[in-house]
Amino acid sequence: MRARGNRVEGLEHILAEHPFFAGFSVEHSRLVSGCARNHRYDAGTYLFRESTPANEFFLIRHGQVALEIVSPGQAPIVFATLGEGEIVGASWLVPPYRWTYDARATELTRAIGIDAACLRSKCEADHHLGYEMMKRFLPILIQRLQATRLQLLDVYGKR
Amino acid sequence: MGVGERLRVPENMATKAEITVGAKLVIARDELQSLIDVLAALTYRVLGPTVREGAIVYDEVKRLEDLPAGWTDRQDAGTYRLEKRSDAALFGYAVGPQSWKQFLHPPVERLWQARREGESFAVEQDLPRTRFAFLGVRACELHAIAIQDKVFLGGRYQDTRYQSRRQDNFVVAVNCAQAGGTCFCVSMQCGPKADTGFDLALTELLRERHEFLLEVGSVGGIAVAAQLKSRAATPVDTAAADSVVTRTAGQMGRALDTSGIKDLLQANLEHPRWDEVAERCLSCANCTMVCPTCFCTTVEDHTDLLNQVAVRERKWDSCYTLDFSYLHGGSVRQQTRSRYRQWMTHKLAHWIDQFGTSGCVGCGRCITWCPVGIDITQEAAAIRSTPDAGKGKPRGGP
Amino acid sequence: MAAAQPDPMVSQLYRVGRVRRELTDTVTLEVAPMAGARPSFEPGQFNMLYAFGVGEVAISISGAADANSFVHTVRDVGAVSGAITRLEPGATVGVRGPFGTGWPVASAQGSDVIFVAGGLGLAPLRPAVYHVLANRSRYGRITLLFGSRSPKDMLFRAELERWRQRLDVDVQVTVDHADADWHGHVGVVPALIRRVAFDSCEALALICGPEVMMRYTVNALAEAGVAADRIYLSMERNMKCAIGVCGHCQFGPTFVCKDGPVMRFDRVAEIFAMREI
Repeated sequence: MRARGNRVEGLEHILAEHPFFAGFSVEHSRLVSGCARNHRYDAGTYLFRESTPANEFFLIRHGQVALEIVSPGQAPIVFATLGEGEIVGASWLVPPYRWTYDARATELTRAIGIDAACLRSKCEADHHLGYEMMKRFLPILIQRLQATRLQLLDVYGKR
Repeated sequence: MGVGERLRVPENMATKAEITVGAKLVIARDELQSLIDVLAALTYRVLGPTVREGAIVYDEVKRLEDLPAGWTDRQDAGTYRLEKRSDAALFGYAVGPQSWKQFLHPPVERLWQARREGESFAVEQDLPRTRFAFLGVRACELHAIAIQDKVFLGGRYQDTRYQSRRQDNFVVAVNCAQAGGTCFCVSMQCGPKADTGFDLALTELLRERHEFLLEVGSVGGIAVAAQLKSRAATPVDTAAADSVVTRTAGQMGRALDTSGIKDLLQANLEHPRWDEVAERCLSCANCTMVCPTCFCTTVEDHTDLLNQVAVRERKWDSCYTLDFSYLHGGSVRQQTRSRYRQWMTHKLAHWIDQFGTSGCVGCGRCITWCPVGIDITQEAAAIRSTPDAGKGKPRGGP
Repeated sequence: MAAAQPDPMVSQLYRVGRVRRELTDTVTLEVAPMAGARPSFEPGQFNMLYAFGVGEVAISISGAADANSFVHTVRDVGAVSGAITRLEPGATVGVRGPFGTGWPVASAQGSDVIFVAGGLGLAPLRPAVYHVLANRSRYGRITLLFGSRSPKDMLFRAELERWRQRLDVDVQVTVDHADADWHGHVGVVPALIRRVAFDSCEALALICGPEVMMRYTVNALAEAGVAADRIYLSMERNMKCAIGVCGHCQFGPTFVCKDGPVMRFDRVAEIFAMREI
């Protein structure tokens, strides 16, 4: 296992094993891993903060990330936790490419970061790659939307 | 039902015929007074049709004169009028706004009372004691009573109060000589002939003499019939009675095609017709009040001002009220559309899953007493004529 | 001569024993009959609890302290439930029941069981969990998934922690939102279903919670391959008589008080998705 470093060949192997990239072609894997690097976050550190540039998105290999929103005068509210095998971040896909919440590691977390500008330009150049990325992203976003709606309904709250 | 054991036939009463269950006798019109008297002497509260406030309503009957002699009714969707007949028939009309359920399943009833005793409370209960004799029960009403018997007595839990009222209930049926404008008992196979569920059944015969064919339907009926002056019915009498019923069967004001109706309605719960009828329906609940099979009730708990005595009452309720389906701060059936759909699909479809028969007996009251004239037979026909508009599949029951 | 069955519309007198506050608006009470024996019950059944002069409310049995008591977990959401949550030990409460159908704990033997609870829905499931854990060897994998509003609204938290400590039960909880002190899942119950590994052919799912939560949960289970006749729900509707004669609790052709509250999903699948049925 690599704790640090961004040797492309090793990361390609790790990416191919991540559930998000199941069924990805070898050629596309190589393209994506060219934008990838390893990350390690200690418990309590942030993957990113709200309103900062959305430069990369993350595939969690191990650990847990809490997504939270801060409001003045209130403690941050965690509205989702994501774990092993899951993807963090969608704002890198659409302008203005800025994060809309904070992402904090709640425990020691290892993740692969995929450089957003790098991946966006490769998707522009190869639309097949772009389509494969969208096909994987959209179901995740829809599930998150449905979950968010259910949370919004506050079904356990009092009528 | 249930009086045979107590009655001793007085020795001086002349009976010309040997009476058994199924026996057919003929009695004179005036002998009905003796029938009322015999029942009253047996401590029954005799209830029958009377004219009051322009309608035929069930009330206590003591004299023959209390009955609506010479009256008939004109019924249609949203219309009910009494009219004078050209003869003196005692039962020459169909059914009024009430049914016998107001006695067997009363609109308001105290279930029990609780009295505080220190930190605790004690519950006291009175069981109903009145014995009812019904005079003039139509075939559709006999079926309605049988349907309610199934609801209240046929399940795992019996309604003890209904049971005590039915146990001691004497039923004198009447075969309809005239169908009402909204009647469709033939479609529902609930009449017009009274064939079961009565102690005695009368068919009014207006020939040179005003007489009644009297059919004995139970052991209890034998004991009462034996106290009346009667003669055995001849084949001419029986034929005359049969033709009365046949004529009535041909006069039905409405018809309802019941073939496959359960699957039809259960597959069309999203049919646009429900929206259409909802534009007319006022959700006034008249239909549920006049319907002889509607049984829904609510339970209310009250206390006195000092919070020392609490009373639990049961009252008629209707699925048309907004809070009938109240749950978690709101009602499940908020729209009129949903409530009309609930009533009609329960009556004609779900009832079959629940109790093995239709909930409708074809008495037509819901049509007559709907202020806007909604006609259940028309609604069923409308859905039947465009079943695909519902876009569903037939389902099984529970 | 055998004792007559009590009139099912008459409340029997019970005395309140221990009362335990679970959450700010929820208490658990033990109640025992003042005379005679406590009737037997099945997990999933409910009683009608009567507060003197106020009224009655249908509350699922959430356990039994012993053979002579019922345990009920009640949330204050109205006049009657509020009055019941304010009863003190020694008070008298009226009880009618038990009524309704129970969870299929007997027919679940030999299968894996997934309990999925949302909010107060854990209370009606708890007797089934107790039964299964008390007869652990008769069942396959046991999973319990539980969603709450927030960590401080989590019902039976200490008990959940105890169950989780067992090595033969997989307990996963999630909350709709939390603060940084919570280190568990934040998200909805259907998301937990996607995370948990289970054999969809072997599993029997027992679900209880708000209807919206049950709808989403059923969808997630179906997506995971659990058949409609292997899913059971606990339905809720307005109840007055609880014996099938007042008509209020009708849900399609079923009476929730006697054909339910526990219902097999395939039997109600079509009307479950319909509005205002």
